[in-house]
Amino acid sequence: MATATAPLATQLEELSSDEILRYSRHLILPEVALEGQQRLKASRVLLIGAGGLGSPLALYLAAAGVGTIGLVDFDVVDVTNLQRQIVHGSKDVGRPKLESARDRLKDLNPHVHVEGFETRLTSENALEIVRDFDIVIDGTDNFATRYLTNDACVILGKPNVYGSIYRFEGQSSVFATEEGPCYRCLYPEPPPPGLVPSCAEGGVLGVLPGLVGTIQATEGIKLLLGIGEPLIGRLLLIDALTMQFRAMKLRKNPNCPACGTREIRELIDYDQFCGIGGDPLQDPNGIPELTPAELAAKQQRQDDFDLIDVREPHEWAIAKIPGARLVPLSAFTDSLHQFDSARDIVVHCKMGGRSAKAVRQLQAAGFKKVWNLAGGILRWSDDVDPKVPKY
Amino acid sequence: MAVTLFLPTVLAKLADGREIESTGDTVGAVVADVATRYPNLAPRLRDEAGQPYPFVTFYLNDEDIRFNGGFDAKVSDGDELTVVPAIAGG
Repeated sequence: MATATAPLATQLEELSSDEILRYSRHLILPEVALEGQQRLKASRVLLIGAGGLGSPLALYLAAAGVGTIGLVDFDVVDVTNLQRQIVHGSKDVGRPKLESARDRLKDLNPHVHVEGFETRLTSENALEIVRDFDIVIDGTDNFATRYLTNDACVILGKPNVYGSIYRFEGQSSVFATEEGPCYRCLYPEPPPPGLVPSCAEGGVLGVLPGLVGTIQATEGIKLLLGIGEPLIGRLLLIDALTMQFRAMKLRKNPNCPACGTREIRELIDYDQFCGIGGDPLQDPNGIPELTPAELAAKQQRQDDFDLIDVREPHEWAIAKIPGARLVPLSAFTDSLHQFDSARDIVVHCKMGGRSAKAVRQLQAAGFKKVWNLAGGILRWSDDVDPKVPKY
Repeated sequence: MAVTLFLPTVLAKLADGREIESTGDTVGAVVADVATRYPNLAPRLRDEAGQPYPFVTFYLNDEDIRFNGGFDAKVSDGDELTVVPAIAGG
């Protein structure tokens, strides 16, 4: 297959003596050799997200000598990131991820140029940002940005090295090459918001993004060098619990609106496509909300009401709000008969997403006096009782 | 036809485990059998009309069923059906 970047060997910039020494283990690999290393130096790779997947990706691509690494991220380093986001350190908590990653990558390899885009990737800026890179590596954490990344790559003809993770499982593939399928061939539409919990809600094994991110880095480097058999037309499924790797066949869908019929000629509104109408926690289809301060006042007044915690028992063991009763969402439907519709019911979870679902179930069952605790136990810890640990 | 359905960890708790033995002549029949036996799992496998979701891919052995007739795809004894829902974490 053709390389993602194909400048003539004679046009490639020479390596300095420092670089020759640094990359010696590559240079003695016949599949890389001097020309391959020069190719890596000349190449430009865009990483969408500098988080769990972006960390090992950025580290290995920088170490390997990819000349320019673009990073798109607008987040700041949070202490809960450090369990898996190994490009950042404890000293970086509170710093923009771009700054933190740039410092670490520069320390790892001063020959690498890091281009930061401190912004959310949007339909307005995606084509402009992606256009200047040879390949894109998708390490984002949400469906809207994944469809946006896919469509931008298909429109511009840039290979998209895909990876995603959840709990103990991961997926990887290479999309949007000329001959191969794209993300929409695999999943034509996203799940409705709230159906698939985020890693913040559902958890993720810290080493899993390391496993999947290094697979993406490997695929990226293979594409840049034009060697081996990339994951084009294959979906790699990774299961860390059984340590099984399975490759499923992926076909290009002739009716795919992105890479098949090419109906999608410009970027669309991906929040709308993913069913996100503003912040789902702020306006969850008319679900009544109570702030933590209001809940605290209700408790102080000794109002007669039930406080229901719909998290899982292992989360309950970490932190709880005094006076709450545990009824996990997974067993909620079977527990509806326990509730008294005559009493006020306040429902909470970690951040407000699962409890919104529970409120909807109660409403559907005819309960009228039900409230969702806005921001969940995390906001309770921020606003009311910092002694309740955040996780 | 005896078929084994493989679930990801996240759905396994809605059934008895990650592997479910089932029978049927088509993928749809196997899914319907599993859905009847595990009502909590049912809405995660197919919609209310019994049709596949665009965000849950089924592989019959290593082939995406969308290219073999979807839920109408015929199954054979010993086939493996793997459920791969979309995930987005990163």
